[in-house]
Amino acid sequence: MKTFFALFIARTKEFYRDRGSLSWTLMFPILLIVGCAVAFSSDQEELFTIGILGEANQSTPQLQFLKAPYTELVYYQDEEKALQRVKHHQLHLLISTTPSYRYWINPNSSQGEVLELFIKNSNQSWQRQIIEGQQIRYVDWVIPGVLGMNIMFGSLFGVGYSIVRYRKNGVLKRLQATPINALQFLSAQVASRLLIVLTASSSIYTGALFILDLPMLGSYLDLFLVALLGALSMISLGLLVSARTNSEELAGGILNMTTWPMMFLSGVWFSLDNTPVYMQNLAQLLPLTHLVHAAREIMINGATLGELSFDLWAMTAMAAVFMTWASLSFRWYK
Amino acid sequence: MHILEVKELTKHYKTVKAVNGISFSIPKGVCFGLLGPNGAGKTTTIEMIEGITKPTSGEIDYEGKPRNRHFRDVAGIQFQQTSLPDYLTVKETLKLFAGFYRKTLSLPSLIEKCDLQSFTAQYSTKLSGGQRQRLLLALALINDPQIVFLDEPTTGLDPQSRRRFWTLIEEIKQQGKTVLLTTHYMDEAEHLCDELLIIDHGEIIEQGSPRDLLEKHFDHTPILLNRSDFILDPDKMTEDVVMDGEDVVILSRAVEDTVQSLIKNHVTLTSLRVRNPTLEDLFIKLTGHQLRQ
Repeated sequence: MKTFFALFIARTKEFYRDRGSLSWTLMFPILLIVGCAVAFSSDQEELFTIGILGEANQSTPQLQFLKAPYTELVYYQDEEKALQRVKHHQLHLLISTTPSYRYWINPNSSQGEVLELFIKNSNQSWQRQIIEGQQIRYVDWVIPGVLGMNIMFGSLFGVGYSIVRYRKNGVLKRLQATPINALQFLSAQVASRLLIVLTASSSIYTGALFILDLPMLGSYLDLFLVALLGALSMISLGLLVSARTNSEELAGGILNMTTWPMMFLSGVWFSLDNTPVYMQNLAQLLPLTHLVHAAREIMINGATLGELSFDLWAMTAMAAVFMTWASLSFRWYK
Repeated sequence: MHILEVKELTKHYKTVKAVNGISFSIPKGVCFGLLGPNGAGKTTTIEMIEGITKPTSGEIDYEGKPRNRHFRDVAGIQFQQTSLPDYLTVKETLKLFAGFYRKTLSLPSLIEKCDLQSFTAQYSTKLSGGQRQRLLLALALINDPQIVFLDEPTTGLDPQSRRRFWTLIEEIKQQGKTVLLTTHYMDEAEHLCDELLIIDHGEIIEQGSPRDLLEKHFDHTPILLNRSDFILDPDKMTEDVVMDGEDVVILSRAVEDTVQSLIKNHVTLTSLRVRNPTLEDLFIKLTGHQLRQ
């Protein structure tokens, strides 16, 4: 433990004394959040979004309104998921034609009221069902993603670059000449980076809570645990990327190749509901998907850890696999 | 009693045979110099002994037994080129390394011993060359090692810093510790080393104490002339002639006869110098080039 603490303290001091890196770690997500707040401050939405549960034949006369302009259709197989969307005004109307004609609407949604007129004029007897719930603004929805993305960048680049730099300039070689082993070194790097990432993210989240009046229906402790597991899985991925790499340029390339797909496939900026199934399955292999999904569910839907067990196990398994792989393939010097 | 024994040590890379089956022993408590021109295999050899580089074949025994993982607890290592973590002061760097060992020297005594008092609060990346080398030596000594590896520790230092460093190494020797030193400076080797091992192209070309080696190889006196003054064909001289930078070195067995021969052949003697043979001369003789080349 003496070795672990010596390395942990040294790495943490290095980070907070590097003013440039520290400022960027804090400023980048703040800029993103401010950007989001400004860009999405208007509640106006021009599109009607209609959810279709199961299949629906749009050519039947009763469903002609689905072809109305400025209307986006999203198909769902999972009823519970679709109802959540109506609850949060992310769907203005949800319909199902099997086994009977039914629709769900949120009485607080003005767009829903408009769409209900189409339903009433469709010469079909529909069963009306009410789903009540507060509107979730885009900014409420996107903030868990932005925080998750910040954890991803902080974890992957923070740990990846520093280890590659250590290897390139010979610090690792000097450490190898002491009795410490790879596991001691790597675990200290992980612990230090976890502290840094979680402290930065917690500060940013606290600021965002006040500035943007974000909803929080779940437990803060659960959210912290999700952030911890997410950061752990991505720090471990960063260790794996840097386990043998000698060049910062190569590491940068690999890290970019790792982070960019996550940024777009993990549901940070837009929901994956309307994407092909293969893409949704592919996203399940990415740690950021589970982090963002779990964080969002806790914040917006008040989900408990039990309900998020799949995400938690997925992140734990990824952390274990990446960390073991990184330890086994770790090289001290070029 | 040998503290370290190296048997048939070999390191082959894809296209290069860096070290070619060398064997030698290091007596306890001596300063053992490993010399050779650049690319001779010195650093590869020392790093194999340190356990940093894996040998292709061969054995390395410490105190009569193969080295084990505890070897790093008793070895102090200073690499030829190394970096230290950024944004840590000298004192913090020492504390970091002290955290790696079960047994360590007290930091105040180590700071005093290596003369670090005046800059303990400075970042270790902001030190002068001499300060930095003294810090690296302190890190090599932090675990109170039995054997200390110093790979070209004074390269790039000014003469005053080098002398200061020599004093530190002499103090280490006085404590009965064994030092394995590689250096490019022959005056340093002559001053500090009790035993020398000279290698070139991965093979041992000579071994012994500096005095024994000089006596063995020099039954002649080097006479130096500026190259521009030396108008003779070296192959037609009865003495051995070696080119050393701007100088021509004539290895003379009888100084008077050589000088008379030069006069007879109308060689200008304005730049003529006669001096006792040094390790530098031995090097030039054995390897055919200067150490720094």
